[in-house]
Amino acid sequence: MTARRATRVVYEVLGAVVFCVMIFPVYWMVSTALKPGNDILRYHPKLVPHPATLANFTDAIHRPYFWDDVRNSLIVTCVVVVASVTIAFFAALALAKFRFYGKKAAIVIIIAVQMVPLNALIIPLYVLLSRAHQVDKLSGLIVTYLTFVLPFCVWTLRGFLLGVPKELEEAAMVDGSTRIGAFVRILLPLVAPGLVATSVFAFIQAWNEFLLAYVVLRSPSHQTLTVWLASFTTLHGTDWGGLMAGATLTALPVAVFFMIVQRRIAFGLTAGAVRG
Amino acid sequence: MADLGAVTVEPAATPAPRLRRARLGRALAPYGLLLPAAAVIGGVLGYPLYLMVKLSFERYGLFQLIQHKGQWIGLGNYRQLVHDHEFWTVLLRTLLFTGVTVGLTMALGTLIALLMTRVSAAMRLLLTLALVLAWAMPVPVAANIWYWMVDYEFGVANWLLTTLHVGNYQHHDWFVNPWQGWGVITTLIVWGAIPFVAITLYAGLSQVPQELLQAAAIDGARPWRVFKDITLPILKPIFVILTSLSIIWDFQVFTQVWLLRDERPTSDYFLTGIYAFEQTFSQSEYGYGSAVAISMVLILLGVTFFYIRQMIRIGEV
Repeated sequence: MTARRATRVVYEVLGAVVFCVMIFPVYWMVSTALKPGNDILRYHPKLVPHPATLANFTDAIHRPYFWDDVRNSLIVTCVVVVASVTIAFFAALALAKFRFYGKKAAIVIIIAVQMVPLNALIIPLYVLLSRAHQVDKLSGLIVTYLTFVLPFCVWTLRGFLLGVPKELEEAAMVDGSTRIGAFVRILLPLVAPGLVATSVFAFIQAWNEFLLAYVVLRSPSHQTLTVWLASFTTLHGTDWGGLMAGATLTALPVAVFFMIVQRRIAFGLTAGAVRG
Repeated sequence: MADLGAVTVEPAATPAPRLRRARLGRALAPYGLLLPAAAVIGGVLGYPLYLMVKLSFERYGLFQLIQHKGQWIGLGNYRQLVHDHEFWTVLLRTLLFTGVTVGLTMALGTLIALLMTRVSAAMRLLLTLALVLAWAMPVPVAANIWYWMVDYEFGVANWLLTTLHVGNYQHHDWFVNPWQGWGVITTLIVWGAIPFVAITLYAGLSQVPQELLQAAAIDGARPWRVFKDITLPILKPIFVILTSLSIIWDFQVFTQVWLLRDERPTSDYFLTGIYAFEQTFSQSEYGYGSAVAISMVLILLGVTFFYIRQMIRIGEV
């Protein structure tokens, strides 16, 4: 019995260690962002940001191009999310709810194109954008983002649509609804959480993207937030406080969205369990 | 009975025009629904893919970029590639790096998932929180955090290692010795990759029937055997999928190295993706860069094949 309790304690201690290691970098970002400059540049770092200040955040917000780049990130992300989720929803509907010739091939293609390394595609994409005079323009970036967000959305939405029991739709149709009616009144509400989750995942992917934005967008006022972060490093060194504040601001929407989707995933899993 | 049969058969034999149109509509509907997605994927993915293959057979420098026209040189780029010592060094390094990061990610991710099934509910919540937060960090943000943590002057890593008497790490530059530099990069990438693996495997572990585990324990099986003979076979599909995805992601690592090396990595810090990028955008050799990129795609194709086969096997397709 005591041996069992001892293993219990060992597991709890291990859990605490893993917790500390995994969360420390995130903690260190926020904690550095909250420290005044002379507390950041210390040989004996303070583990707790005391006294705390918001000066780094005000600095970051008032930095040149911050609001331009927030706007750019939002425009790119929102257009990409709306376009991909809409287009993907139709495709997912076909792949989840219909039988047709060539379906398996279509699904394999959707998976396969997700595997194409983006880093390799960047070369032809850049050449194409330069031909179409779309370098340094948001429109060019938006189109290139569709390459990886759209296939992903199709795949995820298909999964959610498959989760809707066929019996429910059929029951609605027996009750005299048309296929469209069944779709609007039964399928859409049931798949709404899936649509939200997919949109959030798509948002995160587009918001986080760095490489394409870095290559395509050259002028500081046209960049996105992930590229803007580089502006804290100059020849004179790095403004760590400002950079960590900027990083916190960049990561904040993603962290919030991750928390939301977490719950959706849990919801989806429990729903699946009930159905099984 | 016969009547009933006649009633159901009749419409099929001579379907009313309306019904026939409805059936035709239903048959065509999926194609219509797929059309926009197919057009976008064909346009924004298919054409660039084709162009990449074409570029790899061309001399395509700045001059050709301005002219919008490459010069066909057949297998020239590939011939150069085969004799390019630096490419082979970089490729070997990339394979080694992928092996180490994927191995560490899978091993640690599995251990953390197993740990999560054994700790108290409160600790499990804390672990989930930490994993989700680490997962939520955008790659450029994560790279900057780690760069700050290993800063040679004020980095918390140097202070911690010195305080713990691991050695004197004051003013230690982690990137002078490439092995140490790669150690930092590997740690950063494994840290960022663990959450996805651990959370997915934890979800998978909760699907393993408890009765099986209990029965095995009653039979006196040791924990390792229970894991090897019960848990592992049940989780194998998830393992194959997670491992393939990790290989595909880690093989094309770019951003972390790029940012940790101040956007101008020395050749010690080249991976295949960075080499292709350097050839293309620093040397303006778009054709040669494409050939390097094609080699990446071809290498990953094998992994993709395993991944898709597994998806088909578990009936996802």
